[in-house]
Amino acid sequence: MSINQSGWRPEMTPERRSGDATYTGNRALMLDEALIFEIGSLDTTGVDFAAAPKAASRLGGLERNRDIGLPGLSEPEAVRHYTRLSRQNYAIDLGLFPLGSCTMKHNPRLNERMARLPGFADIHPLQPVDTVQGAFEVIHQLAHWLVTLTGMHSVAMSPKAGAHGELCGVLAIRAALDAKGEQARKVLLVPESAHGTNPATAAFAGFTVEDIPATEAGRVDLKALEARLGPDVAGVMITNPNTCGLFEPNMKAISDAVHAAGGYVYCDGANFNAIVGRVRPGDLGIDAMHINLHKTFSTPHGGGGPGSGPVVLSEALAPYAPLPFVEKQGDRFELIEEETAGEHHASTFGRMVSFHGQMGMFTRALTYILSHGADGLRQVAEDSVLNANYVLRALEDVLDAPFAKSGPCMHEAIFSDKGLPEGFSTLDIAKGLIDEGFHPMTVYFPLVVHGAMLVEPTETESKAALDQFIGAFRSVAERAKAGDAALKSAPHFAPRRRLDETQAARKPVLAYREPLGAQAAE
Amino acid sequence: MRYLPLTPSDRQAMLAAVGAAAIDDLFVDVPQAARLSGPIAGLPPHASELAVERHMTALARKNLSAGEAPFFIGCGAYRHHVPASVDHIIQRGEFLTAYTPYQPEIAQGTLQVMFEFQTQVARLLGTDVANASMYDGSTACWEAIGMARRITKRAKAILSGGLHPHYVSVANTMAKYTGDQLVTALPELTAEPDTDKLIGMIDDETSCVVVQYPDILGRISDLSDLAAACQAKKALLVAVVTEPVALGAIKSPGEMGADIVVGEGQSIGVGLQFGGPYVGLFGCKEKYVRQMPGRLTGETVDAEGKRGFVLTLSTREQHIRREKATSNICTSSVLCALAWSIHMTLLGEKGLRQLASLNHAGASAAAERLTQVPGVELVTPVFFNEFTLKLSKEARPIVRDLADKGILAGVSLGRLYPGEAALENGLVVAVTETTTAEDVETLAAALEELLA
Repeated sequence: MSINQSGWRPEMTPERRSGDATYTGNRALMLDEALIFEIGSLDTTGVDFAAAPKAASRLGGLERNRDIGLPGLSEPEAVRHYTRLSRQNYAIDLGLFPLGSCTMKHNPRLNERMARLPGFADIHPLQPVDTVQGAFEVIHQLAHWLVTLTGMHSVAMSPKAGAHGELCGVLAIRAALDAKGEQARKVLLVPESAHGTNPATAAFAGFTVEDIPATEAGRVDLKALEARLGPDVAGVMITNPNTCGLFEPNMKAISDAVHAAGGYVYCDGANFNAIVGRVRPGDLGIDAMHINLHKTFSTPHGGGGPGSGPVVLSEALAPYAPLPFVEKQGDRFELIEEETAGEHHASTFGRMVSFHGQMGMFTRALTYILSHGADGLRQVAEDSVLNANYVLRALEDVLDAPFAKSGPCMHEAIFSDKGLPEGFSTLDIAKGLIDEGFHPMTVYFPLVVHGAMLVEPTETESKAALDQFIGAFRSVAERAKAGDAALKSAPHFAPRRRLDETQAARKPVLAYREPLGAQAAE
Repeated sequence: MRYLPLTPSDRQAMLAAVGAAAIDDLFVDVPQAARLSGPIAGLPPHASELAVERHMTALARKNLSAGEAPFFIGCGAYRHHVPASVDHIIQRGEFLTAYTPYQPEIAQGTLQVMFEFQTQVARLLGTDVANASMYDGSTACWEAIGMARRITKRAKAILSGGLHPHYVSVANTMAKYTGDQLVTALPELTAEPDTDKLIGMIDDETSCVVVQYPDILGRISDLSDLAAACQAKKALLVAVVTEPVALGAIKSPGEMGADIVVGEGQSIGVGLQFGGPYVGLFGCKEKYVRQMPGRLTGETVDAEGKRGFVLTLSTREQHIRREKATSNICTSSVLCALAWSIHMTLLGEKGLRQLASLNHAGASAAAERLTQVPGVELVTPVFFNEFTLKLSKEARPIVRDLADKGILAGVSLGRLYPGEAALENGLVVAVTETTTAEDVETLAAALEELLA
């Protein structure tokens, strides 16, 4: 039996009933929502269709003969279901979202409007190339900006996300080494300060991964790196600015050493917004770097994707770039695919995705880039760095900041759980911040710092927003230091209290099991 | 610069607070030689919203959009009508501008949608479980091949000639580096897909057989015997669905015994978007779940016993397992999965079946009409909403000529398989609920003229 219109009925424990519990389980505007499998039915639909034309069936005896089990909702029910669910989500539109290394900044709605123009949204990837010249021009213009901003030679646009871009970069390295007959170079060096995805990508592409330790100051240990270089090393995967929020001052020396030893340099460009317009990675000797369009250029991340990860390449790696790509030939854009690749593209390592990549994200990123211009993008880097340092300096007296003494940070500031009393952890600080109305920072990452808290305010936060966040953070930290037990059970005001993640992993329930129609039979 | 809230006086106050005289003092770790002194030369400065809108609109106008033309292109991406409420809901800021649900207490909206999506996908594909999306169908396909290698500890994957050639290309690229040995074939312009031939190729070295359903030429056939043959040799059957609407009309691959079913979800809720972002579907038998790539949401309870959802089994993922991760997937395609899930919820069982029968009836009627054109022959008598025609002339130039007449006809096999003489007269035509009888007439008349 369903209690409210949406059907969700909480277990009414005596404790809840005697407290502030309600009959429905809802609390004013805090509305719970049942699953579509509990409120929908097989004969409800929210879509009207014209009658099908008369024609003989040609399904060859494969007609479906049993129900799929897909419940439907009418349009008003569906709109209400998803709107209610949306209200259980924190989002950048609601407030500061300081996830370090994830970079959540304002998503301009102009980007959305442009991506929805029928000339971009309603075109097919296999249309004849003469009917999609404007789309190729978007790709070409965005590529021009990316190459110019990074000071690199060319760009592979098709990778679908950051990790996919990393894969593109290391496959280009593999292909370049293979072309030189250097199959024995199988080791990729990955500093501890690199993103966690880097070693996974390297292993996936068939490389052996070896760690390079970080120094006390949170940078790559240059001596350890140099000592490891040799004829079995394919190169290094480095993140700069790194995941400690610090710039690698020895980047050029690292590149020179790797090149001298016959290897290539991959740079994880997830944090490009910290240096865009102020530093060109190409000037630092980098051979390949992916750019997360959703991070630096504000394409929305929609609860965890889609991303988009174009990869800029040095002249040495450019010939190995994946297909397809767009080339300007006179006034016309040509799509270079398998059949048109010809001799001068013969060294490509192949195709990574079925079509041209995340076109919808290219449109959004180009819109954002043109809105900012070269001057605005430089200001982006400056403001993101200024905001992060402002947070670092405002909190370093109340929270341990392991790299505070090693100079300014870049676009993100790192703190640790050192100094919290016994029994209090980074997690408690995070959950306390939820009650203050903020999404917490990134926790327990990077691994080089124990109990890490990585704060990235980004350039789209005002000073007032930062001051409020700093005040809340300080208050939560002070409560932890004073041993306030209430913090251990935070959040208290979120749609859910602490969720049992252990149970979810031990006995995975990954799909709704109850047979449809059970409610009706009840 | 309308997106940057700091005022010049804010910046001065903040610099003073951090103890820097100028912004350059915060970039001290960047070697002097690598610092740029001003905006990069050759790139324009910032522009107003109106100016950017004009620029982008002018670029969009240079494209012929599907809605402006009789449109018959498929082969891995399909034009369907998406209800208005789908786009309205995904543009709600709480969905659009959220990140990965790392803090489940304030991300139940996204997490519940992912759980609902997983269930909808598993039921549609006929698998026990499904993940909360991959980048697209092609990457999901090569992840499935890698998963079969891990499960069977064998490296030989047999790919059907009916598998989308781009998917084959992606798998070939990866196989060069992962050690998979791929056995591939070209499609043949015949009524029957190569199912029987595949059965004869399975041996004790085979990790999996990869078959597309409906296949690249639009053909469908029963996969049960193939599944049994795979099982007999302890190999896995991987089925690839690029047109999920078909599963509203025909049996699902899981129902016929496939171990892993992957798909391109674009058809439902996502739109053409010139190739991306799309949404990869990935389902499998429950016993393989710990080898499955991608993000998963699981049901659990909170401290008060209320039902809730969290990301789970993430120890398979790369940010935790580093070099021992099961896949290259880090992010997924959650916003597209949301659009997929909303559209599927609006359809429901009843709507999906209606949509599927509308598609099939329209395609059947179109096949009947187009084969009345002299010089046009239907290669594939059994199909869902896409079929292959053999023309009396090479199809590729015909498609270009039709585009000049404002008709976006199907995909010529010459474009997909350049240099393959046996395929060059093949034209794959897709018909959906967006295709009208007038569109079919227009195409038929133009074909008649060009083939005369």
